[in-house]
Amino acid sequence: MTDTTTTLDQETRHQAAPGFERAEMPPAIRPATERDPLRARIEDFSFYYSNGFQAIKHVDMPILDRKITAIIGPSGCGKSTLLRSLNRMHDLYPGNRYEGKVILEPEGENLIGPDADPVLVRLRVGMVFQKPNPFPKSIYENVAAGLRVRGIKKRAVIDEAVESALRRAAIWDEVKDKLHGSAYDLSGGQQQRLCIARGLAPNPEILLLDEPTSALDPIATAKVEDLVQELSETVTIVIVTHNMQQASRISHRTAFMYLGEAMEFGETNQIFTNPRHPRTENYITGRYG
Amino acid sequence: MKTFLFLCAALSVFVTTAIVFVLIRDSWEFFANIPLTDFLFGTMWTPVFANPQFGVLPLLTATLQTAGLAMLVAVPFGLIMAIYLSEYARPAVRETIKPALEMLEAVPTVVYGYFALLVMTPFLQQIVPGLKGINLLVPGIILGIMILPYVVSVSEDAMRAVPNSLREGGYGLGMAKWQVAIRIVIPGAFSGITAAFILGMSRAVGETMVLAVAAGQNPNLTWDPREGAATITAYIVQMSLGDVAHGSIAYQSIFAVGLLLFVITLLFNIIGFYLRRKFREAY
Repeated sequence: MTDTTTTLDQETRHQAAPGFERAEMPPAIRPATERDPLRARIEDFSFYYSNGFQAIKHVDMPILDRKITAIIGPSGCGKSTLLRSLNRMHDLYPGNRYEGKVILEPEGENLIGPDADPVLVRLRVGMVFQKPNPFPKSIYENVAAGLRVRGIKKRAVIDEAVESALRRAAIWDEVKDKLHGSAYDLSGGQQQRLCIARGLAPNPEILLLDEPTSALDPIATAKVEDLVQELSETVTIVIVTHNMQQASRISHRTAFMYLGEAMEFGETNQIFTNPRHPRTENYITGRYG
Repeated sequence: MKTFLFLCAALSVFVTTAIVFVLIRDSWEFFANIPLTDFLFGTMWTPVFANPQFGVLPLLTATLQTAGLAMLVAVPFGLIMAIYLSEYARPAVRETIKPALEMLEAVPTVVYGYFALLVMTPFLQQIVPGLKGINLLVPGIILGIMILPYVVSVSEDAMRAVPNSLREGGYGLGMAKWQVAIRIVIPGAFSGITAAFILGMSRAVGETMVLAVAAGQNPNLTWDPREGAATITAYIVQMSLGDVAHGSIAYQSIFAVGLLLFVITLLFNIIGFYLRRKFREAY
């Protein structure tokens, strides 16, 4: 079985994928429904850490507009590295290097191009981290931080944006009476939803979630999952998770990564019920990971 | 062995207690003769005059002025240097600058004192009109420079204790590096930075040599830093070196102002250590 798949891959490797300029994209990671509008395209993307280690190898992947794209794969496969590339977090540490393109649609701007300013990229692509990391400030100031960075000073505008973001993050009712209390007084799950609100407040074009529930208990996890699904109606979401059930529950598209390569990309349903690549199958059936 | 080590540890506690005991005992005798209110609110300090006055305000204003001037120097420069070292400097640069800064602490304070008197004062006299040869301004500035290494070192530790996840959170929102420093790192390290400044202030209040040399020995109730005035510490040096009779009221006044100094620095240290503990518990 392994043999036939490999041969098939190689045979079709040079077939042009509709909607993409790159001809050598393997069929396994071709977007399942090219008709869906794209928010971003990752094209022949590679990433090297400062020690020379190539953590991402020639990845191609579409990011669908207002859909949830999940990236799964065993530890060390590069899924978080790929996610953190999308808003240039690797630029914070010297010596890291990107290759290829991350095109933000519809403008067609290359986020990792030489002219792209990492700070401006991060204004458009927000991020929620693995461990809740609220700032040592009040709940209100946490959510307002992203607005203040953008030079918004009008109290009324900030008030409204803070409330709207907290409502979208489904935490308004829990915090509306203590907006000016410390964010550290919230539970871990509440803190993570606060961090999601903080990421939403400036209305990013894409919101990246890096294993957002790995530090949370099952009840808090369920709340965050519900929230992410609701949010996908209004914002494009890319989520990295080591929890396959989570990916299958909430995402519309799933990418499976292995040793820095995107092995397979497709509709979540297809990936989990009928994986094309044997490595994907091994992973989702729990043979490794 | 254990007993021996315990005795060593107990000795340090005993010595501290003994010092405080002596301070309080001799001050007690002083306050038996001079009412506390005369001491705290009197405006004349003339212990060796025929009709001695023991109002501590002239000494206290000089002490607070020099310490205040020191803070005017140490707070902005210390903050900028700590931010640079913690957020901007490459590790190699930081590892060079920090030990160099700490070397400054090894300079004997009397050297700073004569530097203030013989170099800084003549220089500043050309800039500041009416600056006297003995004044509060120059030793204040020098004190600020003296406590700078300590202030920078402690606040830089506090800033580096701010977890990277908070910085990344800031960058993730599109903050530039300076915005992360001002909006995330300083608020995150705030209590640690405050503690650094308060402990630095307490050092400035207790510093002796620079003030004895460059601020003069003349108790002078003034808010004009261009004039010279004896601080509490300078007065203690002067009286201890002089030939006041043991047991006289002038002799006991040393202990009274010493106790006052002790209370002031103790207060600063308590606030400082409280804040330091608080910032350790954060995040």
